[in-house]
Amino acid sequence: MLFKTMAAAVALTATMTVSALAGTVKLIDVIELSGPGAPAGTNWKNGSDLAVAEINAKGGILGQQIELIHYDSQTNPGATRAAVQRAVDEDAYVVLGPIFSGPISASMQITQRAAVPQIVGGEAAAFTRQGNNYIFRTSLNQADSMPKLANYLRDEVKAKSVAVVWINNDFGKGGRDSMIPELQKRGIQVAADIATESGQADFAADAIKVKNANADAVFVYLNEEESARFLRAARQQGITKPIIGETTLLGAKVIELAGEAANGVKGHVGLLVDAPKPSLVEFGKKYAAKYGFTSDHNGIKGYTAVYTVKAISERIGKFDREAFAKALHGARIDVAQEPGILIDTKWTATGDVDRESFLIEIVNGKPVVKATLPMINP
Amino acid sequence: MDQFLQLIVAGLATGAIYALAAIGFTLVWQTSQTINFAQGEFVMLPAILVLTAAHLGLPMGLAFIVGSAAFVLLFGFGFKRFLVEPMQRHGVLPLAIATMALSVLIKEAAKNGFSAEAQPFPSLVPEGSVSVLGAAVSVRDIAIFVVAIAAILGLQAFITHTRTGRTMQATAQNPTVARILGVPVERMILLTFLINAALALIASYLISPVYLAKFSNGETIGLAAFIAAIVGGFNQIRGALAGGFLIGLIDNLAAAYVSSAYRTAVPLVVLVVVILVKPEGLLGRKEERTV
Repeated sequence: MLFKTMAAAVALTATMTVSALAGTVKLIDVIELSGPGAPAGTNWKNGSDLAVAEINAKGGILGQQIELIHYDSQTNPGATRAAVQRAVDEDAYVVLGPIFSGPISASMQITQRAAVPQIVGGEAAAFTRQGNNYIFRTSLNQADSMPKLANYLRDEVKAKSVAVVWINNDFGKGGRDSMIPELQKRGIQVAADIATESGQADFAADAIKVKNANADAVFVYLNEEESARFLRAARQQGITKPIIGETTLLGAKVIELAGEAANGVKGHVGLLVDAPKPSLVEFGKKYAAKYGFTSDHNGIKGYTAVYTVKAISERIGKFDREAFAKALHGARIDVAQEPGILIDTKWTATGDVDRESFLIEIVNGKPVVKATLPMINP
Repeated sequence: MDQFLQLIVAGLATGAIYALAAIGFTLVWQTSQTINFAQGEFVMLPAILVLTAAHLGLPMGLAFIVGSAAFVLLFGFGFKRFLVEPMQRHGVLPLAIATMALSVLIKEAAKNGFSAEAQPFPSLVPEGSVSVLGAAVSVRDIAIFVVAIAAILGLQAFITHTRTGRTMQATAQNPTVARILGVPVERMILLTFLINAALALIASYLISPVYLAKFSNGETIGLAAFIAAIVGGFNQIRGALAGGFLIGLIDNLAAAYVSSAYRTAVPLVVLVVVILVKPEGLLGRKEERTV
């Protein structure tokens, strides 16, 4: 019996000290490379590849080279679960991704059970409220973003009524459920509450409904491709009221896809390469030089996810998943300590992040920062 | 009232695209008695080919010409010569299954060979809105409707008022008798496939600026057009036309007055009702076969 217990302990230790003996540390990236999340996932993948190349060129983490493997989640909860299980079975030190909140919610129990840290790109409020000590964000929780946006609608747009257009998945429903109470608290009437579908191609009917709601502003909370299609439909139907949104409405891919229809769109973004932060601007240049297009916020998230692994592993001085998860809760990584983190970031006890964010407007196809909003708890 | 009118116009524009694709189902059915399950991908692909040609460095105008020519050659002539002809002699079912395989092949090739992401596609029709009966209506919707109708009327005029068109009709109605009467049946069938490719081309260029060019676009369009063809009448062009507009209208009205979540379910309900009440479709012709 004692022998069996000792053998199990040795096996556990071997697992937890990961593949350091092999000279590499394995990160497995489960990410949206096809399906509706492909634009987001491609940016994330590129960002993480860029970070790994940089870190490996400088000697890796604690002397170990990073081995980064990408698995396509297909933006599908079932495929994501299978890929995350495979990542755990293949002894990943940390699992990176996915970005879409539904696949995150469907798969994060696998890493939790295996005690493998998972750094994701999702914004839905729910998944960091379930007592999972191994899930960490790279972007702001939507529940933290919505009060900032509601203030913006009241104070800057002076909206008395708002039409809310949201995507009927975990991300969109979470955003809608966070936003509507914030609007109501500020005395702003919800003139229309319009659900749309993931992968929806035709937004003409939704745009017509929004137009006829005659609200003072339109709040759009869709994924990137759907955002672009909605903006085109809104332009086609002659919607002239301010269109306000979050990061997924204002990303580089949306601007590319929507073309002129993106001009004038305003909103709140957590991360962008045009932010008044030298490290973000520098990252944007490196990314564009390597991949030939501008990174959106997901490229930044993929990049910083890898640098988060580096910073925390160096802080704890070993590759130990449990120690990693403990150290990341409540951690703060500043650009001064780790330039690859790009913007000073804090993690809360639940795995949410807190950092500065930005109010921007799309002008002539470019995001222009109008204001920088402080951390919630500096 | 304004909203209803705007939805009707948007529905007719969507329906025009469905009608173009649905007529393709009808044409292939009439000439080869099979269902082309790759019809949706036929509408998706021309835009991807044009963008591929543009990415290879061709000016956009030339990219349109090269992409269009490549598509008509591959999926007009090539589809008939290398898939329909060899499979047809094995019966309708193997051919239908072959078109399913073709559908998957086209989709995956577009995804892996071009991009998994949506891409912007240049609009050939103007944007903006005009006032119709006091309601602001999208110029692009009107343009899509007009272009699609012009293409369909042109096809109808060609079939009914030209010798070649009437020969095509004769081939569709009874290829054996047509052959005995000296009609070049194979050439007429090829012409039908080329027309199908041309209609898919037009639908692709009209809808891709709205849907964005993406490998998965054929799923939505193919399903809607298939339903439209059955609802209208699979063996009649006018049936496919009517079915396309009906499904387009139902699609948009359902999205506005029922829910976006159920917009794809409502046409399916209509399909079930039509099959129960009038199995040959609203404007279809009853077909009898000897067993």
